[in-house]
Amino acid sequence: MQKNIYTGSDCLISPLGLDSDTNFNGLAEGRSALCQFHPGYGSQPVCASLFDESIVDDAFGRLGNPVLFTRLEKISILAIAGVLKQSVVSLSDSRTLLLYSTAKGNINLLERQGPGKIAPDRVYLPVFAGVLGSYFNCANTPLILSNACISGLLALVIAKRLIGEGRYDHVVVAGGDIVSEFTVSGFRSFNALSDEPCRPYDALRNGINLGEAAAAVVLSRQRSVAADGFISIGGGASANDANHISGPSRTGEGLFRAVEAAKLVAPGVSPGFISAHGTATGFNDEMESIAFTRSGYTAVPVQSLKGYYGHTLGAAGLLESIVGIHSLRKGILIGSAGFSEKGVSGDVEILKNTRSQQVDSFLKTASGFGGCNAAAFFIREGSAE
Amino acid sequence: MNVISSYCHIKNNRVSRNGFSVFEQKPEIAFFEFASAAFRNLGVAYPKFFKMDALCKLALLASEYLLSADPAFGATGPEHTGIVLSNRSSSLETDRAHARSVSNPEAYFPSPAVFVYTLPNIMIGEISIRHQITGENACFVTPGFDAGLISGYVNQLLEQKLVKACLAGWIELDGPSYEAFLYLVVPPQGTAKNSNFGPHSTKGIWDLGF
Repeated sequence: MQKNIYTGSDCLISPLGLDSDTNFNGLAEGRSALCQFHPGYGSQPVCASLFDESIVDDAFGRLGNPVLFTRLEKISILAIAGVLKQSVVSLSDSRTLLLYSTAKGNINLLERQGPGKIAPDRVYLPVFAGVLGSYFNCANTPLILSNACISGLLALVIAKRLIGEGRYDHVVVAGGDIVSEFTVSGFRSFNALSDEPCRPYDALRNGINLGEAAAAVVLSRQRSVAADGFISIGGGASANDANHISGPSRTGEGLFRAVEAAKLVAPGVSPGFISAHGTATGFNDEMESIAFTRSGYTAVPVQSLKGYYGHTLGAAGLLESIVGIHSLRKGILIGSAGFSEKGVSGDVEILKNTRSQQVDSFLKTASGFGGCNAAAFFIREGSAE
Repeated sequence: MNVISSYCHIKNNRVSRNGFSVFEQKPEIAFFEFASAAFRNLGVAYPKFFKMDALCKLALLASEYLLSADPAFGATGPEHTGIVLSNRSSSLETDRAHARSVSNPEAYFPSPAVFVYTLPNIMIGEISIRHQITGENACFVTPGFDAGLISGYVNQLLEQKLVKACLAGWIELDGPSYEAFLYLVVPPQGTAKNSNFGPHSTKGIWDLGF
């Protein structure tokens, strides 16, 4: 049996707030960061969760000169600095790795007007990693995982394995993505964007909203590093649909396989809720409902947080896992904003309203372009394993 | 120790398998032309190949040359095979094409057929579809091929029985320069003597001349 890998301090940087507690309290109060913007490119407004750059720059001001860093670098540094401040773990220790998940990195550097003091080669992910590495004086070169929309969750699973392998004692898992003309125009070309706040699993759902966020959490083999509640990652797996590069399997094959593989690594865990992907596209939500039904989770409440944050791409799986960890600690399950009437064929129960409930574990899943799927359990120590 | 059952290099318009050149064109020929010729040389009917972006073509070519000649893959079964790839430039080549398509309001033509290739793990998706591979996925972006990271990670997937075989390697493309190094890792038992190219370790990988 594998040893427990514990979650330590965490930090969420989103338009809802610049630390985890502000974010979680905002969610518990039903605050959504989604609203319509006129982004200054394209003629249509965009419904998205976007940072107010001046708030980011104000917060960043105590960490560095905002003009020398891109928006993604600033929010990522804020998130990583946020976890390090609360932790004994140091990135200059050779036994610690920074693992960073992102779909697109500094992709806005490809756009027309680049910020003057930013070298354009920071669009290369290893160069971006180098910016984080030198800022935090990392002993190990930060490692980038770029696996579409499962990146954030898969990074947690991979971090657990790298610690299990004995390669590191601690991994700071961070991730982030921003909203840019690049992503807005691309998802719009797929007719995947909703002009209104998205409605995960709802009968009237009509597409995703994009969002920007950065998140970070410490994982460690040492119980002394664990934050209150001793929550560990129990199991975790990924699988591919081998079906289509831009659409999920109609039968939920890859997600089903990922969940079943995660169960094998964490036998006997009965999740109190499922923090699902729930992007609010017709195909994704339907596919998830079928996969969860096939896995026997017909009585487990299913949650999507996309109605608060939009789809934050490479950050999503990490951000949503951290919210779930706070639900385990605080005994509050966050309802699925935007959902009102079930519009998926699977026999699943959608967690509609936020409620107080003490649970011992949850299942986190994600699915993405390229047919990829990931699943992992988060378990509070002392609960049945 | 897990072993490398076969390996494939594609560089400078040459495909070599297990150290021997199996297809070659003059270095001055453009990648797209070379890739099409190298694919036709296989005699495989798979028209989807010609719709892929350059990075996915490179990945698919390497997987095709490798898996079509590796008995260990057939013996394992694609549902128990994982894919762990890495590169330096992510999907930047196609990212630039998408960015160009939206840079001029007078000529604004974003295409879903281009945008879908603006993620590096799409190459894992394309290999998975072609060979019906449904196991573990990971796509790392590193400054160079990190043999220690990849061998350690993939060996652990095998040792924990999360996969029974794993495709791994480096598929990099940026402008005119490209390089692919792909190999299959299997457990030591059940490997035919003629398909064992050494241990899957950092040294074992470097010994293959990458």
